[in-house]
Amino acid sequence: MLKINNLHVRVGEKTILNGIDLAVKPGEVHAIMGPNGSGKSTLSHVLAGREGYEVIEGEVLYQGNNLLDLSPEARAHAGLFLGFQYPVEIPGVNNMYFLKAAINARRVVQGRNELDAFDFIQMAKTKAKLVGLDESLLQRSVNEGFSGGEKKRNEIFQMAVLEPILAILDETDSGLDIDALRIVAEGVNALRDPERSVILVTHYQRLLDYIVPDYVHVLSEGRIVRSGGRELALTLEEKGYGWLKEKSPHIAPAGPGA
Amino acid sequence: MTETNSSKSPSLATAPIPGQAPSSTEELNTHLRKDYEHGFTTDVESDTLPPGLNEDVIRHISRMKNEPDFLLEWRLDAYRHWLTQRAPNWAKLNIDPIDYQAISYYSAPKTEKDGPKSLDEVDPKLLETYEKLGIPLAERAALAGVAVDAVFDSVSVATTFKDKLAKEGIIFCSFSEAVQKHPELIKRYLGSVVPTTDNYFASLNSAVFTDGSFVFIPKGVRCPMELSTYFRINAANTGQFERTLIIAEAGSYVSYLEGCTAPQRDENQLHAAVVELIALEDSEIKYSTVQNWYPGDENGVGGIYNFVTKRGDCRGDHSKISWTQVETGSAITWKYPSCLLRGDNSIGEFHSIAVTNHHQQADTGTKMIHLGKNTRSTIVSKGISAGQAQNIYRGLVHMGKNASASRNHTRCDSLLMGDRCGAHTYPYMEVKNPSARVEHEATTSRIGEDQLFYCRQRGISEEDAVSMIVNGFCKEVFRELPMEFAVEAQNLLALSLEGSIG
Ligand SMILES: Nc1ncnc2c1ncn2[C@@H]1O[C@H](COP(=O)(O)OP(=O)(O)OP(=O)(O)O)[C@@H](O)[C@H]1O
Ligand SMILES: [Mg+2]
Repeated sequence: MLKINNLHVRVGEKTILNGIDLAVKPGEVHAIMGPNGSGKSTLSHVLAGREGYEVIEGEVLYQGNNLLDLSPEARAHAGLFLGFQYPVEIPGVNNMYFLKAAINARRVVQGRNELDAFDFIQMAKTKAKLVGLDESLLQRSVNEGFSGGEKKRNEIFQMAVLEPILAILDETDSGLDIDALRIVAEGVNALRDPERSVILVTHYQRLLDYIVPDYVHVLSEGRIVRSGGRELALTLEEKGYGWLKEKSPHIAPAGPGA
Repeated sequence: MTETNSSKSPSLATAPIPGQAPSSTEELNTHLRKDYEHGFTTDVESDTLPPGLNEDVIRHISRMKNEPDFLLEWRLDAYRHWLTQRAPNWAKLNIDPIDYQAISYYSAPKTEKDGPKSLDEVDPKLLETYEKLGIPLAERAALAGVAVDAVFDSVSVATTFKDKLAKEGIIFCSFSEAVQKHPELIKRYLGSVVPTTDNYFASLNSAVFTDGSFVFIPKGVRCPMELSTYFRINAANTGQFERTLIIAEAGSYVSYLEGCTAPQRDENQLHAAVVELIALEDSEIKYSTVQNWYPGDENGVGGIYNFVTKRGDCRGDHSKISWTQVETGSAITWKYPSCLLRGDNSIGEFHSIAVTNHHQQADTGTKMIHLGKNTRSTIVSKGISAGQAQNIYRGLVHMGKNASASRNHTRCDSLLMGDRCGAHTYPYMEVKNPSARVEHEATTSRIGEDQLFYCRQRGISEEDAVSMIVNGFCKEVFRELPMEFAVEAQNLLALSLEGSIG
């Protein structure tokens, strides 16, 4: 499904990702943890095709194709979804209108007919219920004036509507209250499917109680410094990130280079 | 002329994506077509006065139009006043000096016999633009300058239309016709809102105007239709000094639509129109404009100078005038549709979208002059700048001595696309009555890379995302436009801004 090989990424003069290797198979859930500023969002953005990042080395294969060659919208059409750490407000654009345009853009590319307003609304309402999104938010402008938690929930709602093949959720759990966290996790679990993979970026092991990952990776200074099963998250919660540095400061074979 | 400016197309945005065939090719094509599409230009007709302006020219105009003496005198007064004036000089507009002696002030009404005979002869690109704007099929030919009679029976359309209006006692005709048939109304109302001495361009217009529209809604009558379609078809060539006069008698209502979303080219560089609205007791006038004159090319060469004086007079108590405008064209736009709120409890509204791209300059806004008691005004201005364009909102809210308990609310939002354009807001307030209240809100935002990325991540193309964001920004104003026109205006906006990101 997704294969990242030796990915190096630079923003301006600053190298942020220093050789990421990661393989995600269909149906798997991978959690990525790591200290602030370690490059988690950068990785998410690069995968989604945001401009301003320069890939200086490495490659990313998605469903066997070179992902980095595609425009952001083409990646979305191919089933890649990014839940934003900071969802963006679009004043004056109705949430439902926005999502309908999104879903139909993809359907057109797939050669399917567009959903009409009626079918779309039915579907959207069902999905809103699934992720516990207040229906009144559907008629508001995209994220405008939404509370932090509502924005995150809206991301999960969009994911549920768009039914991605690979969902990358960048700290979708931060800002959610405990009940919301559970509801959102249930929403994600409901979408778990042998054909659908999820990359969860999170700081909190608590989320992983609800969405049980197959793998946990620790990203530090632009590299995956440790990978393990679910128990790795528990160890991290207990010990923090410091012990990783002490025990294995140089996992990568060579120095990062300038 | 087709110009494919592939150099401007952003790298990722419109790159054809395999498997995305139908929509993206279409997208790409329109993107490449974004240059102003003016279709054809006709040769100058013969029956035209030589360039130059003096009293004889004005006498000639008046004689050709068979005008009553009072009107000639009125024109001459205006001209004599104009001679004593200097062209205004605005800090924020860059205007080359205009040579008024180089302009020809009269040409005979166009016969259109030199125009294309049928739609087959019209530049297909122009027709595509019409289609993209959603202009009804029946109107496209007329707009493209096809001799109308050859295509459909416009005379009978106009006649049925006029019959229907006449039954209600509504007068809707060209200004010249009104001068012939209703001189007493002209005499009574012309210049009563915008006097000949009002400003440089209003004086010039008063001296040399050739035609325009006239509307009279009698007491208690609600005009049964938008006065728009007729106008679009029949008044496409009213010339560069247009004069419009609309009178709503007590308790009447009219919605009037000026202009056209279709691109309009005119060999006259200077346009100086005057529009006067008069609303008597309990009446309402809704005046909507879409202006899409040739803006000049990407380097700022050519393009129309649009210096318009528009003013509405809420003369009666409980009267209401609302201006709604969508301005996308012209190299330079200078206009401040205003309301004189004289009647007690009268209401003035101004809803505006002004788009500037490339090297366009717009200095627009409104004046709300509160004179009566308990008068209210609302100003909503949405300025969008792209390219190297400058967009200026300039507005005056005046609360007179007697305007007790009056209120104004102003909201000015600017949207910038890219970092070479500018938006400026100049609100002026004069409050002479302590119980009057004036509120002003202003915001400036940029179409963010983050917004675009967010949309694209959800699968929405960049062009669609831009148009979605811009339309969202303008929503409050679109809501004020007549329904079918709002759709056209939205398309127009997208068209004017195509390719401005990236
Ligand atoms: N556009 C940019 N210009 C310069 N530096 C950047 C840019 N984008 C990211 N960085 C830097 O790259 C590093 C990684 O940032 P990133 O947002 O990927 O971290 P993160 O792991 O998601 O952190 P957090 O847990 O706080 O969300 C940070 O030091 C950040 O300042
Ligand atoms: Mg982050």
